[in-house]
Amino acid sequence: MAIDYSERIPNNVDLSNNKTLQRALENWQPAFLDWWGDMGPEGSPNYDVYLRTAVSVDPTGWAHFDHVKMPDYRWGIFLTPQEQNKKITFGDHKGDDVWQEVPGEYRSTLRRIIVTQGDTEPASVEQQRHLGLTAPSLYDLRNLFQVNVEEGRHLWAMVYLLHAHFGRDGREEGEALLERRSGDADNPRILTAFNEQTPDWLSFFMFTFFTDRDGKYQLASLAESAFDPLARTCKFMLTEEAHHLFVGEQGVGRAIQRTCEVMNELKTDDVARLRAAGVIDLPTLQKYMNFHFSVTSDLYGSEISSNAATYYTTGLKGRFEETKLDDDHKLDNNEYEVMDVAGDKILSRHVAALSALNERLRDDWITDVQAGMDRWNRIVAKTGVNFKFTLPHKGFHRKIGMFADVHVAPDGRLISEAEWTHQHQNWLPTADDRLYVHSLMGRVVEPGKFAGWIAPPSRGINNQPVNFDYVRFN
Amino acid sequence: MEAVAIKKEAVAVERVDYQVDPSSYKHWRVGFDGPVATVTLDINEDGGIRPGYKLKLNSYDLGVDIEFHDVLQRLRFEHPEVRTVVITSGKQKIFCSGANIYMLGLSTHAWKVNFCKFTNETRNGIEDSSQFSGLKFIAACNGTTAGGGYEMALACDEIALVDDRNSSVSLPEVPLLGVLPGTGGLTRVTDKRKVRRDHADIFCTISEGVRGPRAVEWRLVDAVVKQQQFNDHIRTRALELAKLSDRPEGGKGVVLTPLKRVIDDAGYHYEFVDTQIDAAARTVTLTVKAPAAVTARTVDEILAQGTAWWPLQMVRELDDAILNLRTNHLDVGLWILKTEGNPQVVLDSDAVLDAHKDNWFVRETIGMLRRTLSRIDVSSRSLYAQIEPGSCFAGTLLEIALAADRSWMLDTTDGSGVNTVGLSAMNFGPYPMANGLTRIDSRFYKEEAPIAAIKAATGKLLNPAEALALGLITAAPDELDYADEVRIAIEERAALSPDALTGLEANLRFGIYESMNTRVFGRLSAWQNWIFNRPNAVGPNGALKLFGSGKRAQFDWSRV
Repeated sequence: MAIDYSERIPNNVDLSNNKTLQRALENWQPAFLDWWGDMGPEGSPNYDVYLRTAVSVDPTGWAHFDHVKMPDYRWGIFLTPQEQNKKITFGDHKGDDVWQEVPGEYRSTLRRIIVTQGDTEPASVEQQRHLGLTAPSLYDLRNLFQVNVEEGRHLWAMVYLLHAHFGRDGREEGEALLERRSGDADNPRILTAFNEQTPDWLSFFMFTFFTDRDGKYQLASLAESAFDPLARTCKFMLTEEAHHLFVGEQGVGRAIQRTCEVMNELKTDDVARLRAAGVIDLPTLQKYMNFHFSVTSDLYGSEISSNAATYYTTGLKGRFEETKLDDDHKLDNNEYEVMDVAGDKILSRHVAALSALNERLRDDWITDVQAGMDRWNRIVAKTGVNFKFTLPHKGFHRKIGMFADVHVAPDGRLISEAEWTHQHQNWLPTADDRLYVHSLMGRVVEPGKFAGWIAPPSRGINNQPVNFDYVRFN
Repeated sequence: MEAVAIKKEAVAVERVDYQVDPSSYKHWRVGFDGPVATVTLDINEDGGIRPGYKLKLNSYDLGVDIEFHDVLQRLRFEHPEVRTVVITSGKQKIFCSGANIYMLGLSTHAWKVNFCKFTNETRNGIEDSSQFSGLKFIAACNGTTAGGGYEMALACDEIALVDDRNSSVSLPEVPLLGVLPGTGGLTRVTDKRKVRRDHADIFCTISEGVRGPRAVEWRLVDAVVKQQQFNDHIRTRALELAKLSDRPEGGKGVVLTPLKRVIDDAGYHYEFVDTQIDAAARTVTLTVKAPAAVTARTVDEILAQGTAWWPLQMVRELDDAILNLRTNHLDVGLWILKTEGNPQVVLDSDAVLDAHKDNWFVRETIGMLRRTLSRIDVSSRSLYAQIEPGSCFAGTLLEIALAADRSWMLDTTDGSGVNTVGLSAMNFGPYPMANGLTRIDSRFYKEEAPIAAIKAATGKLLNPAEALALGLITAAPDELDYADEVRIAIEERAALSPDALTGLEANLRFGIYESMNTRVFGRLSAWQNWIFNRPNAVGPNGALKLFGSGKRAQFDWSRV
């Protein structure tokens, strides 16, 4: 039976004429739908959700809104259109034509990069699958589902690359992406952070703000890749990733807004009184930020990395906004400053820039995170509350890299094991904090209503009112 | 180092040709007397294949050995009446002093290794002909027999040394040059001559060698004969050995006419063999073609076709292509092996080979096929076979795919075209590798079940799924995967370290069974090549560099 692929799978990769891809997807698509049924948002198959679907890459096509059932969501395959005569912009191959096919020499490395990126996409859907049961509003529920289906589409995008360019190996990796499970001790997701739970909506918003932002930076450096299909795929994914970051920043921002409003109403900053009033006190929000910042920071890997250097030299992965940087784009003789622990001091030292690319990307991310923090602080300031969120020191609560074996306070002091044991509950969410946040998670699904711990957004999605029926439960 | 660099350039510019003609021999004479041929080494000092050294004291270089190889080929094919070959010297008091040391000193490492490989193959060919073709060899060492000269003698069935109170046999490489007797010498002393290890230890560390009764006592030679009786002794032994042979009396030979070939930038082009070099990718596609039909089925028809008989013409072309690729295209590191034609025709051709395998000419042709296929195994190049519709990897030509490090067979079972491989009797005996095993026995480590299953499939044309199930091929990707999978594998291979690949391939190809030949190509060559790269041999004060300069080598005494 002939299948109309372009209808079922919106794409700009000429799927209807690509037999290799059709054959691969014929097997993979049913497996993906099974996975979505097993591991996608719990209890949701029959919901009509007001979702954005990308149906083409042009400005009118990438955001098509409609109520759809998620299993019927048209997961598409889109690459930013190919640029003629595009050249490689960095590394040993700088100036050569970009590659439209995988060079055999880099096959295994590229596959690894794509698989690692691809693995995070279904992982986050798995991490978030129970959240629908405790949504603070229909609006937020819809945003969750939007993030979920787009993570699903990002998985498709990575699987497309595996299917189109890596032959049988690629198909096997595509299957394995559906077989691993977040948090499964026997068959976990590849990266540790993606095996952590996302137990509540505050964690979800933090995750989308901090961890999806890591995704943005990884995708942005892959969008520079000499392997053009990867670069173009990642570039298109970035447009969707921006929405996820918005969900996170705006979600946390609304929690801050609500807390500050209640602080003003009650004229108090007493944690017990605020908790009794059903909002999340600002110090607890700060602890959640500390936690997600430090855990996500580890995702960039060690400060000094020969893998990252090799990826760069061979043209597989560039720097954030590579072409806007003013240097030789080879980094043969450049230096970069990294922190180091020497005895009881934290110093900075200059190392070969090539070896410090992980650190550089982490620094770019931190700059971006700080800007978001500043916006949050403006929300606080506007309400007149006297409180300022701050990012902890880079070395705080790290499991990977220079700081893995030491304890660093949020203010950057190296501290003893004893002091850490004594203090860490002031810096990271405690079991009590988490229990409290959890206790706030009741389900609010009446259009236009919001849970007490979070303020409504200033406007709805796609110019719809805030009280629009974003999700119909049927 | 400067000389070496200059040498390297010269190698790149001037192509070595393995095709020679007796009328232009510089170093050899061949005489015939009934069943005995006498091959006389009389090296022209000024006839080196490369400039910069003189071939004094009957010392040889690659050019001398190319002629020697040609001499042997012509004895095999043009002189079926010859049963014993006497190898002797045309110089006074010197049989042969081995490879020219100044040549070695000037050569690049790659040149030395290729030279040693070819001379090794030629020595092995002497033993191959003795074992399979009834061609016996006597080394008539009528003077000093040193180094490579003694190694040449070691390849013969018998060694007779003249007793002139002066001439000795010796392997002086260690004491004089700081290297090994690497053209099989060290291995043959033990494996073939069964010289006791302490005697061998002494023999290989004294530059003056051994002569007189001790040489016989230590099994270094079979006889030591006074000068007056020397020629009679050789004559007697030659006729005795001739009695062991079944080569035909009065048989009419087949003259090895020059190969018709075209050489251009893309490579070497013959009627049944073609090479297409992709210099940028550092690969060559080597294609062997089957004939349109089997046109000679009787011995008479075969002999009437002579050098135009497909098995012989094809293998001569293939041999020449391999030698040229090995010597003249060092950086073409991956050979993509293909065939073209009807596999059934190849199986029919094999049936003819098998039916007449006892005929001297058919036997010599099979012998050359065996030696040429063996050259593929020991070539320091990655070998990928691509089995595609229109190919004929059957019987004798299946051996090419079996020699490969990996093989891909395009799975066409869902339609477009037919792609098959096939087995014949020729896959189960006549073409042993250097380890003495057939490629199938070697591939399956002599395990009975898989080999029995393969044997049972003899004569049938096997589709990709069947070939894969039998383990004859590595993978059978379908139309959608094939091109990309092969391309990626080729590109990936081409990016790996050539040295590591050479070592890897040599280790995997010969598996777990050793023979004297695998020890020559493996153990001996590997140690020799290590030594050839060490400063104690080739550094500015190394023994090989300083030989003949009057200066003493300065060694780094640390044992490594």
